[in-house]
Amino acid sequence: MWGGRKLGSSGGWFLRVLGPGGWNTKAARRLISSAVYVKNQLSWTLQIKPGIFNEYRTIWFKSYRMIFSCLNRIKSFRYPWARLYSTSQTTVDSGEVKTFLALAHKWWDEQGVYAPLHSMNDLRVPFIRDNLLKTIPNHQPGKPLLGMKILDVGCGGGLLTEPLGRLGASVIGIDPVDENVKTAQCHKSFDPVLDKRIEYRVCSLEEIVEETAETFDAVVASEVVEHVIDLETFLQCCCQVLKPGGSLFITTINKTQLSYALGIVFSEQIAGIVPKGTHTWEKFVSPETLESILESNGLSVQTVVGMLYNPFSGYWHWSENTSLNYAAHAVKSRVQEHPTSAEFVLKGETEELQANTCTNPAVHEELKK
Amino acid sequence: MAARLVSRCGAVRAAPHSGPLVSCRRWSGASTDTVYDVVVSGGGLVGAAMACALGYDIHFHDKKILLLEAGPKKVLEKLSETYSNRVSSISPGSATLLSSFGAWDHICNMRYRAFRRMQVWDACSEALIMFDKDNLDDMGYIVENDVIMHALTKQLEAVSDRVTVLYRSKAIRYTWPCPFPMADSSPWVHITLGDGSTFQTKLLIGADGHNSGVRQAAGIQNVSWNYDQSAVVATLHLSEATENNVAWQRFLPSGPIALLPLSDTLSSLVWSTSHEHAAELVSMDEEKFVDAVNSAFWSDADHTDFIDTAGAMLQYAVSLLKPTKVSARQLPPSVARVDAKSRVLFPLGLGHAAEYVRPRVALIGDAAHRVHPLAGQGVNMGFGDVSSLAHHLSTAAFNGKDLGSMSHLTGYETERQRHNTVLLAATDLLKRLYSTSASPLVLLRTWGLQATNAVSPLKEQIMAFASK
Repeated sequence: MWGGRKLGSSGGWFLRVLGPGGWNTKAARRLISSAVYVKNQLSWTLQIKPGIFNEYRTIWFKSYRMIFSCLNRIKSFRYPWARLYSTSQTTVDSGEVKTFLALAHKWWDEQGVYAPLHSMNDLRVPFIRDNLLKTIPNHQPGKPLLGMKILDVGCGGGLLTEPLGRLGASVIGIDPVDENVKTAQCHKSFDPVLDKRIEYRVCSLEEIVEETAETFDAVVASEVVEHVIDLETFLQCCCQVLKPGGSLFITTINKTQLSYALGIVFSEQIAGIVPKGTHTWEKFVSPETLESILESNGLSVQTVVGMLYNPFSGYWHWSENTSLNYAAHAVKSRVQEHPTSAEFVLKGETEELQANTCTNPAVHEELKK
Repeated sequence: MAARLVSRCGAVRAAPHSGPLVSCRRWSGASTDTVYDVVVSGGGLVGAAMACALGYDIHFHDKKILLLEAGPKKVLEKLSETYSNRVSSISPGSATLLSSFGAWDHICNMRYRAFRRMQVWDACSEALIMFDKDNLDDMGYIVENDVIMHALTKQLEAVSDRVTVLYRSKAIRYTWPCPFPMADSSPWVHITLGDGSTFQTKLLIGADGHNSGVRQAAGIQNVSWNYDQSAVVATLHLSEATENNVAWQRFLPSGPIALLPLSDTLSSLVWSTSHEHAAELVSMDEEKFVDAVNSAFWSDADHTDFIDTAGAMLQYAVSLLKPTKVSARQLPPSVARVDAKSRVLFPLGLGHAAEYVRPRVALIGDAAHRVHPLAGQGVNMGFGDVSSLAHHLSTAAFNGKDLGSMSHLTGYETERQRHNTVLLAATDLLKRLYSTSASPLVLLRTWGLQATNAVSPLKEQIMAFASK
C-alpha cells in the first residue's frame, strides 16, 4: 500500500546518489554509495556511516517494480564516477542535484510526489506576505507586494515563486537543476501576468552574488538549507544580495531525534510521504545553529516558529514546537558594518584627531587663564 | 495525499467523460485568447450575484472576471406599476450578501416588502406553527426577481473595469485541461461561444440553472426527480388594505399554497398542486380562480373528527406544560381579484449534483441544487453558495493561489454540501409528509407540528438555519 503511489507514477525509478563531493566540516564522516547491477534490475545500495549513530543502514533501490522493504541493512560499495572531493567553491551538492533531476517533471501535480510542498504554501506564503507587508506603508489591494523584488533560491518547479508573483512582486527564481527551471518556465508561460513578473535562471546563488549585490527586498530559501553543502557560505551570500533592511525567509527541518524518527524513518521509508533519499539527517539545521550563523552575518532573527504536517489530512499547521519543521524570518541590519567599516573607523579617527586639535587650543587657553 | 494512508474512493477526481457538450481533447491551439481569472457561466440572480461579489472583492482588484448571459440585457428604466408575478423570499443572510456589494441599497430604493411573521398550518387539522422573531426584526423580505436583477446589473456596470458582461452569449463547448500537467498543453479551461469566439479561464463557475450545461459537460452526476406537481404563481389584490406583514402557507393534500405580502393591498401567490389542477387554475376565469384561492385558505373540508380530537388532546397537554398561551389560528386576508395575465405555471422537481467542484470548475445555485418552493429557500441557498465561494476565493487570491486549485474548492464544497443536503432532505420530507391525507401520517404530522410550535428553542434553531 505504501508503494502504491510510486507504482502508479511514471516508470522512472529513483536515483539516489549520495555524492561524496560534500565534506561536512562539522561532523567528520563520509558518505559512500555505489551501484550494483543485478540481473536486469538496477539496484543501488548505499552505506551511510553517520558520525553520531554507530549503526549501519542500507537502502535498497530498485526499478519501478520494486518491492518496498521496511528493514534496511547496510553494505558498503564504492560509487564509481563521483568526485571524492569538492574543488570548487560551491554550495550546490551534485548528489542532491541528481536526486531532484529524477522528479523534475512532477512538480505541478498537486496530488503527486510534491503534494506536501503544495500544501505548505498555505503557511509559507502568508508568512512571507504578512512579514513583508509590515514594511510597506500602504499597499495596493489586489497586488499587495507590488514593487518588491524577491529572490527565490532553490525554486524547484516554481511552487513558491508563482504565488509570490501573483501577489504583485517581481520574483527571480534560481535553481541549479536545469530540468526544474525548464518545468517552472513552461508552467508560468501560460499565464501572461506571471510571465512578466517572474524570471527563472539556472544557476547557484554564488554565481549571481556579484551582479545582484544588495538588490533584493527579500530572499526566500524554503526547504533549501538542508540540501546545501556549506551553510555559512550560503547564508553569507543570502545576506550579500539583500538590501539593508531586507528580509530573509527560511523554512527547513530541525536536527533532532524526533526529526530523524518522523522526518526520515516514517516519512521516507515507511509512509512514503517524501521520496526516499530526499533528506539526509546530518544536513538538517537546528534553529540555534541557524540563528548563530545569521547573527554573525549581520541578520537579526525576528521570528522562529514551528510547522507541523498532518499526513492524514494533508495540511500543515503552525506550532509552538520547532523540533520538526520550522520557519524563520531574519532582517538584515540597516547599518552597514563589514564592507565600509574600515572607512568609518578611519573617518572616526581623523575626526577624533581634528576634535582633539580643536579642543587643544581651548585647553591651552584655559590653562593659560 | 491522504489517499495513500487512508484509502478514500472519491479522493481522486475522475477525468470528465464525454457528453454532448464536452470535448476532452488536448487544446494545443491559439494561445492568443484572453485568459480570464474567473468566468461565470449564467447571468441569472445567482450568477450575477457571484460576478458582483468577486468584482467588489478587495483581493480581486487585479483579476479579470467574465460573466456570460444567454439572454438580452434587461434594462428597467422605470419601475412598472404592476408587480411582477415572480418573487423571491430573501432571507436576512442573503440580504447581508446583497448589501456587501451595494445591491441592497438599490432594492431599497425600488421596492420590497419585509415580513415579520410566518404562519404555517395544515388543511387536515388545527395544528399550526407560527414563526416570529422576539425582537420584531424582519424575518425576511419579499422582492420581485426583476428588481433584484436590476440592482445587480447596476452594480455590475459600476465595476465594468474588472467585470466584463457579455449578453446574448451562450457557451457551446467547454474544453477541459489535462488532469496531469503536460508540457505543451494549456492548463486552462477553454470556452467556445456560439459566435465562435473563444476564451480561456483559470476557474469556470457554473450558474446556469437546473439544466446546467457546465454540469453536463463536466460529467458530474446529478440526482434528480420530477415532482408530480407544478407551481402556479399570480399577483392578487386583497379585499381590504391591511398591514400585510405576515407570510401565510397552508399545506393542502394536493400541495402547499402560500400568500406572500407585496404591499398593503397586494400579495403574491405560489400554489403547488398537481399538473392537471395547475393547468385548470391557470385557464379558469378570474372569479372562479379567486374563489378557489379563498376556499383553499379558509375551508375546513379536510378536517376529520378523529384528528381534531387527537390534536386537541395534545394542545391541552401543551397548555398545561407551557405557561404562555399559544396563539390561536388566524386566517389570511381574503382575496378580491387577480391581476390579469399574471397567472403562470412551471413544473417542480428536486435535483442535487453529486459533486459541486471539479478541478477548475465549481457549481453554484440551481446548477448544484434544485428544491421545492415550499420552504422559500431556493435562491437563498444559491446566495449562500455565492457567499461561501466568494469567501474561499478571496482567501485564495490573497494567498496568491491558483484560483482553480482543488484545495480551496473542496473547502467550499464541504461547507455548502453539509448545509444544502440537510435543507434538501428536509424539504423533500415535508413535501412527501404533507402530500397525503392518510390518517396515521396526518396524526403524526399534526402532533409533530404542535410539538415543534410549543418548543421555542427548536423553532429558533429552524429559523436560524433557514436565514443563513
